[in-house]
This record gives sequence, C-alpha cells and structure tokens, in this order.
Amino acid sequence: MTLAIDGWFAIGEDGARLIGTRCATCGTVCFPPRRGFCPNPHCDGESMEDTDLPRRGRVWSYTSASYPPPEPFVAADPYTPVTLAAVELSGAGIVVLGQVKGLTAEELEVGMEVELTHGPLADGPLVWMWGPVS
Amino acid sequence: MSEVVVLGAGMHPWGKQGRPFAEYGVAAAREALRDAGIAWTDVQFVVGADTIRNGYPGFVAGATYAQALGWSGARIASCYAACASGAQAIDIARTRILAGLCDVALVAGADATPKGFFKPVGGDRPDDPDWLRFRLLGATNPAYFGLYARRRMALYGETAEDFAAVKVKNARAGSLNPMARYRRTVTAEEVLASPMVADPLRLMDICATSDGGAALVLASSAYARRLGARSPVRIAAVSTVTPTFPNTVLELPNFATDSSAAVPPPERPFRSAIAHAAYEEAGVGPEEVSFAEVYDLSTALELDWVEDVGLCPPGEAAKLLRAGDTALGGRVPVNPSGGLASFGEAIPAQAIAQVCELTRQLRGVAGDRQVEGARVGLAANQGLFGHGSAVIAIG
Repeated sequence: MTLAIDGWFAIGEDGARLIGTRCATCGTVCFPPRRGFCPNPHCDGESMEDTDLPRRGRVWSYTSASYPPPEPFVAADPYTPVTLAAVELSGAGIVVLGQVKGLTAEELEVGMEVELTHGPLADGPLVWMWGPVS
Repeated sequence: MSEVVVLGAGMHPWGKQGRPFAEYGVAAAREALRDAGIAWTDVQFVVGADTIRNGYPGFVAGATYAQALGWSGARIASCYAACASGAQAIDIARTRILAGLCDVALVAGADATPKGFFKPVGGDRPDDPDWLRFRLLGATNPAYFGLYARRRMALYGETAEDFAAVKVKNARAGSLNPMARYRRTVTAEEVLASPMVADPLRLMDICATSDGGAALVLASSAYARRLGARSPVRIAAVSTVTPTFPNTVLELPNFATDSSAAVPPPERPFRSAIAHAAYEEAGVGPEEVSFAEVYDLSTALELDWVEDVGLCPPGEAAKLLRAGDTALGGRVPVNPSGGLASFGEAIPAQAIAQVCELTRQLRGVAGDRQVEGARVGLAANQGLFGHGSAVIAIG
C-alpha cells in the first residue's frame, strides 16, 4: 500500500483519516500538517502536535473536470472526470480539498455531509478522497 | 502633498503571437514613452514585473527590458507577485518617486504563454504546493474557479445564464478595444453551448492565457508640471495587502483554508480587504467609483469581485448585471476594457494593463468604450500565494 504523500493521511482498519496538527498553545488546526511554529500571528506557540481531523464534514463547494488535468497529474485512460470537493470539517473550522469517490458532480450538493475515504491515483498510489457517508 | 501621476501608458496587443516576451514588453514600453513625451534616456528607474513562463525562477524582467531598450544607467528593480506582479511593480516605482529618490520611472510587464492549462514547473517537486495540487488532486486553476462559481449558485441562486451574461457583456466591451485578443461579440447561447470545462464553468466562462505587454511611465506631479502635462491621471492608491489570519476562503494553490478554530475569521475576507485598503489610502469610497477593472478569471468571479470591491452587498452582483448597471453605458461599468474575458491573462502584464485602461478612461480617450464622466477608476486582482492588489486612479 503506497501513499501518494507521507504524513498527510493514514489508512487504518476503521478507514482513512487526515493528519493535521494542532497548536498546543492556541488550538489552531493546520492541514497539511505543519511543523515548527504556529501560523496564528497572535500566538507564540512552537509546538504543533499531530491530530486526527474530523472524518466527516459538509460540502463547501464542488467541481468536476471535463478534461484531463495536466502533468504531474496522471489521468486514467480512458479519462474519467476528476470530481473535487472542498469540505468544511465539523468543528475544526477548516475546509479541505479532495477528490471525490462514489459521487458524481450531479449527486453532490453544497451543504451535504460527506465522509473521508481513500482511493488510488491512476498510476497506483493512494490519496485521501471524499465519499458518501457510510 | 507630492503625488504620483501617469505620464504615459502603452500596450502591445494581446494575442498568441508566439514571440519572446521581451518583444512585447519593449513595444509597450516604447509606446508608453512616446505617450509620455519623454526619451528612454530620461527614465531614472525601471521596474519589471517578472514572467516565470520562460524558465525558473524566471527572467529578471527589469534588466531584460533595460538591456533591450539600450543600457542607459537607470536604476532597476524586478518583482514577482503572481497576478499582482504588475501592481507591485507600479507600487515599487510609486514609492521611490514618493520618497523623492527619483522623478520619473518606467514600469513594464509582459508574458508569452504556452497553450492550455497553466501547469506547474516540471520535475518531481513534492515540496511545492503548486506541484502537489496537480499531482494529488488534479486541481487546475479552473477547478478552483469552478468551486467559487458553484458556491455562488448555491448561496445566491445564480445560474449558468447569469455567468454567460457576464461573458456577453465583456465580449461586447472587448469588441471595442483594439488591444484585446478576442474582439468578437458573443451570444449567451454560444457561451452555454461551449464545452464544459470545470463544472459549472464552460470554456467561454474561463479566461484564456495570452501573450501581451503593458507599460506605464510614472512621474512626480512636479516633474509632470515641468513637462507641461495638463491634469494628468493621478495614482491615488496602490493596495498590496496580504490576507489576515485566518483566511477562510480556499485559495489557489492551497489544499485547505486556515482554521478558524482558535481565531474568528477577520471582518473582511481577503478580496474585500484588498479593495478596502485602497479606498482608505485614496480617501474615496465605492460609491464614488465611476468604473472598475476587476479580475474576471471566470465569469462568476467577476460577480464575486463586484461585491468584494463594494459596488453592491454580497449576493447582489447578478442583480446589477441583469439591470445593465455594470455594462458599458450603465451606472458603474465593470471591465470596460473587455476584461480577461476579452484579453486572456498575460500574468505580469495584466495589472499594468488594468491601469492603462484606467488611464485611457480617465483621460476620456477610450473611444467607443468610453465611460461617460469617468473620474475615479478602480482596478483589482488576486493571484496565487496570498498576492492581490487594488489600484485607484483619479482623473
């Protein structure tokens, strides 16, 4: 099982989870995970701790690409439209973008609840994706 | 108070001519110098807005233009700030003039773009978020525009027909502009029949990438007076503010927004903050704006901008559009140049081209696309990595 990027998400027995960081001083959450000091300009925190982000959220918006995105993306052949959703994570005050699996653009709606899952890029490695709530 | 004025404006027509960017920049610079009525050797300071399309980290544009125009000993600077590169170049020149370190400066930007989607610089570069968003998500620039457009449809009930109406409006203005790349008027039916690219946006909703060049000669008002320039256009503000944490709008090329878990979102989102800072600096308000040039990377994004620059409250831009308020001849024309819809984007040139249009309109020499009684013009844009700008010019 090869992940397309290390340290941003993990796949366990209970499914996929996004790995964020939380500032030990002010509680600011970051994704992708951020090391070192806190991005809140009012905070002096220098300890960003790994935290699992909420696995569910509501669609902030979505889109679908009718044409294959350019390199370094590896498009499936024949091409199947890449659908993306920006999802507002419950309680984390953060919107995270991801590919969508198991839902078409026609089936998506702003505000609908989705759940984190994972799936392969066309050349094999796994990436986090948004899918229907199980 | 000392002021900075536009002595000259020049552009090379936008298109896809396939020549080196420096040719476009130099042609625009020579045109701006002619318009200003000064010689190249009179220029004390040159600022170039860099292009990254010709190698990484890009040509150092100030020196490229200075050499092409003939080494004259002028001081130079170069800058890159994505779509705001041109405005930052203007700001650098303006600041040096205001500081009294020079009297007259040349600002130039030009680009030569490849066909198709903008894509990141090649190689295997997982430390670059711009590379990663393509690799992991296939998230092109139009994908982000699609997200913003779909959000407007959900929040405000706007339709594909509303977005098409923006293109129809801008194409009509562009048909009157000899510098525009696309000079054909279009119908809503054509827009709605063009291929879907990034749902809900179709090909004709999304701006192309173009070749083009633009330049300005800026000067102190004292220099302009000595030259005998009569009531030149004044640069009243250049805003180049960054976002305020937490930026809760998903921006190119990011994977996520900042988190508002610990700090509530700022009073003004980024795009509104860019315009607000310009209004504060100029001492004018949105109700005084005669016309605006805003960054219509997509048709739907023009509607975002109309609200962000304060021409109406959030959610009401389509109402202005439908009433004809933002069309040529309307109450406050938006993109009288034809906008990116008619030009396509030539990144380092675009913000300078916006100010060229402000200059023409405020001089009253915009021909068939002239905004009647134009007195205050605003230009605004936003690019990658937290860059954005707004310029206010007063005639």
